[in-house]
Amino acid sequence: MAKPVVELRGCTRDYAGVRAVDALDLTVHEGEFLSLLGPSGCGKTTTLNLIAGFVAPTRGLILVDGEDVTGRPAHLRGLGVVFQSYALFPHLSVRENVAFGLRERRVAAAEIERRVGDALELVRLDRQGRQRPAELSGGMQQRVALARALVYRPRVVLLDEPLAALDKKLREEMRDELRAIQRSVGITTVFVTHDQTEALGLSDRIAVMSRGRIEQLGAPREIYEHPATRFVADFIGASTVLRGRALDAERVAMTDGPPLRVAGGRALAAGADVELAIRPERVRLAAGPGDNVVVARIEGLVYQGAQTEVTARLGDGQRVRVFVIEPAPVPLATGQTVHLHLPADAFMVLA
Amino acid sequence: MIGRLAVVALLAFMTLPTVVVIAVSFNPTAILSFPPAGFSLRWYANVLTQPQFQRAAVNSLLVTGGAVALALPIGTLAALALERGRLRGRHIWAALLLSPLIVPGVAAGLGFLILAAALGLLRSRSVLIAAHVALVLPFVVRSVWVSVRNLDPALERAAASLGATPWRAFRRVTLPLLRPGLFAGLLFAVVVSLNEFVVSLFISNRVTEILPVAMFNYVVNYTDPTIAALSSLFIVATFLVVWLADRYLNLGRVFLQP
Repeated sequence: MAKPVVELRGCTRDYAGVRAVDALDLTVHEGEFLSLLGPSGCGKTTTLNLIAGFVAPTRGLILVDGEDVTGRPAHLRGLGVVFQSYALFPHLSVRENVAFGLRERRVAAAEIERRVGDALELVRLDRQGRQRPAELSGGMQQRVALARALVYRPRVVLLDEPLAALDKKLREEMRDELRAIQRSVGITTVFVTHDQTEALGLSDRIAVMSRGRIEQLGAPREIYEHPATRFVADFIGASTVLRGRALDAERVAMTDGPPLRVAGGRALAAGADVELAIRPERVRLAAGPGDNVVVARIEGLVYQGAQTEVTARLGDGQRVRVFVIEPAPVPLATGQTVHLHLPADAFMVLA
Repeated sequence: MIGRLAVVALLAFMTLPTVVVIAVSFNPTAILSFPPAGFSLRWYANVLTQPQFQRAAVNSLLVTGGAVALALPIGTLAALALERGRLRGRHIWAALLLSPLIVPGVAAGLGFLILAAALGLLRSRSVLIAAHVALVLPFVVRSVWVSVRNLDPALERAAASLGATPWRAFRRVTLPLLRPGLFAGLLFAVVVSLNEFVVSLFISNRVTEILPVAMFNYVVNYTDPTIAALSSLFIVATFLVVWLADRYLNLGRVFLQP
């Protein structure tokens, strides 16, 4: 495995009695793109600020390249940071913004000139060097911020929701560009986001966070296909979670209706209470009763163009979300009773 | 139509005293009468040759210059502390810093007089400077505070992440962005200090008195248009300061938001 670059060991941070980060352990490896993903208030930005040195941990250690930097102020950590608001210096030109870090490092003028030129070329802004940040579009400002953070070749670059301020189309473009730049530079990256699509598309690994802790850490596919907890299953992919009781290794009894068969994944312990997660895109409309088919009443319909999001309630009151690809095979209406097929191999058994 | 008339009337009302003073300053006779009986520059000549006014003008420059030079850095630090600092009872501090605005001049003057006497500094210009610092500080703090509020705290973090020490971050990022507030504060401070009278009257003597006090002392003894001439010069000077500063401030604004 690649060598660790950033390590958090038992890091806790309290704000006025509120625990923002709770005994967090995290290792970021050389060249890796790691995302901290979670809803607002989950501690992901505080974790980033701990690494950057903007806040000190209440308890715990922070290491960069094996060296303890816990008490070291931000300006001596030598990391690159891209802020959600970009935080470009409004009184300086694009070129001066990018040169800022090199000037602070007392790099020779000719060298600054060359490296700023290279950095601006990398983000395709070599012709905007003389302009002020306010004269540029949001996407361009974003790229200036990236160039400014990369130009002095930091050990790690920290990105705090860098795409959140862009509109949807631009965000997708920037996402691809960000990945391409990160690959070409090969820099270790920590990326904070609340957007699962961004995290799934960009990351080598994702740390899903909730209430100051890491719920699950793993590759995007692993996180999506094998969520470890109910929180992860729900936060990523908006799964439906059903409760039942295991009858044997592969059958789960629901309070209402026939038992469901569960295939793949871990074997069930007979008699145990279990939680089964299923993605809305894996649930299918069925023509009539059958294996793993449940009866539900449609409660809500949200037409989304390519698909319709259906919320339906089972006989025992549990709710199921279904994506029906448009055009739907039968007209759907609220109050209508439908048969839903929950394929045995689509179930994810939560711990 | 009525609205326009009302505006004209208001402007006339506001500028009338100034117009009267300027008109009277050209009066050839030694009485403060309006309208003037002719045109003469003799009172201007009198102003410029009176040693008392010359000395007072120098005092004014020293006191205002000293007070502003002290109040600007102090006020800037106070504004930063009020907005950023981990202060207990922030609003109490703010109220204290802004309180000279609501303390009557006579009370403040008396206070400074008693303090200066206790410290044996009654003959010193330093008391005047100290008093003027206290009097202009609220204006400086207010102006700079507005600029501090508009400052994104992420900018200083960004500077730190780029390797700037706190001092370098302040010099290269914070200070340049506070410039509009600093200029506004400077302008207020200069105008307030140059025109300060009540407090200065208590704590100055014939040697240390500043222009407004010297003018008052002159009026007490003489009633010729000399004082109108000096007032006119004062008005023109103040106007020039404000005009230049406004031009400069506007330039600053263009500079900041292309």
